[in-house]
Amino acid sequence: MSTTAATFSPLLLSRLQFAWVIAWHILLPAFTIGTASFIALLEGLHLVTRRDIYFRLSTFWTRIFAIAFGMGVVSGIVMPFQFGTNWSRYADATANVLSPLFAYEGIMAFFLESAFLGVLLFGRKLVPRWAHFVAALMVALGTLFSAFWILAANSWMQTPDGYVVIDGRFFPADWLRIIFNPSFPYRFAHTVVGFYVTTGFVVIGVAAYYLRRGRFAEESRVMLSMTLWLLTVLVPLQIFLGDQHGLNTLQYQPAKLAAIEAHWTTGARVPLILFAVPDQATATNRDAIEIPDLGSLILTHDPNGTVRGLKDWPRDQWPPVAIPFFAFRIMVGIGLLMLALVAASWWLRVRDRLQAVWFLRLCELASPAGFVAVIAGWTTTEVGRQPWTVYGLLRTADSVSPALTGTDVMLSLAGYVLVYLLIYPVGLTMMARVVRRGPAEAPEEPIASGRPEGPVRALPVASTEDSP
Amino acid sequence: MTVLPFDFVPLWTVILGFGVFYYVLFDGFDLGVGILYGFAPDRAARNLIMNSIAPVWDGNETWLVLGGVGLLAAFPLAFAVILPAVYFPILVLLLALVFRGVAFEFHYRDVEHRTFWDHAFCYGSALATFAQGVVLGAFIQGFQVDGRQFSGSAFDCFTPFSLFTGLALLFGYGLVGTGWLIMKTEGDLQNWARRLGRYCFTGVLVAIVVVSLWTPLAEPYIAHRWFAWPNIGFLSPVPIITVVLAFWEWRSLNNRSEAAPFIGAIGLFLMSYFGITISLWPMIVPYKFTLWQAASAPSTQAFLLVGTLFLLPVILMYTGWSYWVFRGKVRADIGYH
Repeated sequence: MSTTAATFSPLLLSRLQFAWVIAWHILLPAFTIGTASFIALLEGLHLVTRRDIYFRLSTFWTRIFAIAFGMGVVSGIVMPFQFGTNWSRYADATANVLSPLFAYEGIMAFFLESAFLGVLLFGRKLVPRWAHFVAALMVALGTLFSAFWILAANSWMQTPDGYVVIDGRFFPADWLRIIFNPSFPYRFAHTVVGFYVTTGFVVIGVAAYYLRRGRFAEESRVMLSMTLWLLTVLVPLQIFLGDQHGLNTLQYQPAKLAAIEAHWTTGARVPLILFAVPDQATATNRDAIEIPDLGSLILTHDPNGTVRGLKDWPRDQWPPVAIPFFAFRIMVGIGLLMLALVAASWWLRVRDRLQAVWFLRLCELASPAGFVAVIAGWTTTEVGRQPWTVYGLLRTADSVSPALTGTDVMLSLAGYVLVYLLIYPVGLTMMARVVRRGPAEAPEEPIASGRPEGPVRALPVASTEDSP
Repeated sequence: MTVLPFDFVPLWTVILGFGVFYYVLFDGFDLGVGILYGFAPDRAARNLIMNSIAPVWDGNETWLVLGGVGLLAAFPLAFAVILPAVYFPILVLLLALVFRGVAFEFHYRDVEHRTFWDHAFCYGSALATFAQGVVLGAFIQGFQVDGRQFSGSAFDCFTPFSLFTGLALLFGYGLVGTGWLIMKTEGDLQNWARRLGRYCFTGVLVAIVVVSLWTPLAEPYIAHRWFAWPNIGFLSPVPIITVVLAFWEWRSLNNRSEAAPFIGAIGLFLMSYFGITISLWPMIVPYKFTLWQAASAPSTQAFLLVGTLFLLPVILMYTGWSYWVFRGKVRADIGYH
């Protein structure tokens, strides 16, 4: 295929479009899933300790949660329609197996939204304290259920199980094996903990922002200290889960792992490649910086272990190498920097210097780190799955809607790019405003739309609290 | 694959049919209200109009997702054929809904650009409605299919007929929107809504007549369904009830009825919905695939049914309760009830 034809092919453009809409969408669950659990934790602490500060913090994070959740709903509506408009052959082939998982996600998210979000956002003065805690807990559970179903579907595409193929289409044979397919437990744990860590770094970033400016000192100290304890558990746990997930990939998607590590030839005692410029055409690495034997040690937990290289597979089954190779290193690099920051916090805590200016500045700088790591990790696993939509069974090239032209998809991609580049900065500005105002109890300006519940419309929390 | 001794297709047809009608009606009235927003006389009126749907609009919109994934789950072949065929209307619908959705909040938060978000709200609502009307028109006309996939061009869906149904739906959603506003407002604003309601009603009446003549003339399948004996006898109540409803709607738009215009508009929508269903039954991809041909595996339908039958009633009860809480006239201040 010539370069221009490939550039403007409906297949490549459809992939770009999907990457675009899902990358923007995933930022929101990455934050709301963590925030929902954090709010439930604060509500629980408030219930048990009766300390007013947890109440103020919970109210503050609920305000930010409401904006992010609303944007998540709006950008999420786009997602299921992509399967139909751009990936109709994939939809036709996989629907019998995957559609109930998507549908359960939709129904459960809706159920949670209609039943508990209203109480969480607007019911503080209308229901007893314990009921408000239960609502927060249910919202947190609901967001986890959404992640459960979507990641079950995604994992099935990575490591399909429990199906039969009839006339080129997948049919369900065993629902438990479809849902709990081999990579699902690892992906679910790694993703959810990753989302928690992402939120944790946002929280310490906000706390550090206030502390450096001498605002909301009490609230910020609690946020900083508490969240650093949480991250003390979560960051090492996440590194462990990542390792386990990697071993699972080695077992079920060895070609993806070879791409991640830029291993071209099969061998024992393979090095760990820290950096290189992988060249797919010649199947070699340039400018490689390697540590001997460490690759085998990490991947097989044995320095003499054999690791398969991409040349074991026909070329038309190779994923792109450079993208997962670099994305994976960005993710791991951020993970290690996060660990360093958490380790620094232990050292400072012992010396009671947690509010050292240089450390607060680091916390502020690190606040978006989780989002970068999430996108990098997602890129690693999704690009590494190529050239398949259903691993080893259905090619991405055979999944795209057959009637689409390059022009069609170019137009739609341009539309999504323009609209998202307008909406996201505005939404981010709104959240930044809530942060700047801080966790004080000062009511906002009255808002013309009085309403007790719901996501996008749920922004004016403070005002409605004053007038139930 | 286990063979289940039960045909789930009728049940899923009812569930999905209900879901689509629920969406058309409920997001219909708040999209309609969004369109009317653009014609409002002043800022105070605009605020009241937006307030009247603020508590309910996003719940209504979520049914679009349920409809989408429901179609994918119950009738995946229809999903796979229809969505690429209406590629651009769906794109416009989604982007317009994004704009309109965020406009609710940004309109208050981003006061510097309020006029922009006002326009986003009104034009977003109108574009989303028009796009849905085009989808409907294209659906009635049918699609070019090769095997199990759409094989035409993404621009095939733009025909004189589908552009007409796009326009028609603007009046249709406008009518339910005015019905809602008459119910939720009082005084000058209510009179204004009645006046716009009469314009919308006229448009709807023209649309119903034109579509009722156009479709049987263009599609022998539809002509045969309605005019062959004995169908013409069994089906004659549909046009008769529609005519009665139209008279009643016109009367209630002109007298002092508060709720009747909304109920009448629902009735007209229901009759139109029946009309289309009767015309196309049992097709889900018109003139190509029946509901049974497009259905997913029985095991798939059964697996999803378990949760749906449990969760859907709870969602409906809670939604009903939400509407109950927000009953009554909307007021300018935030003391809502």
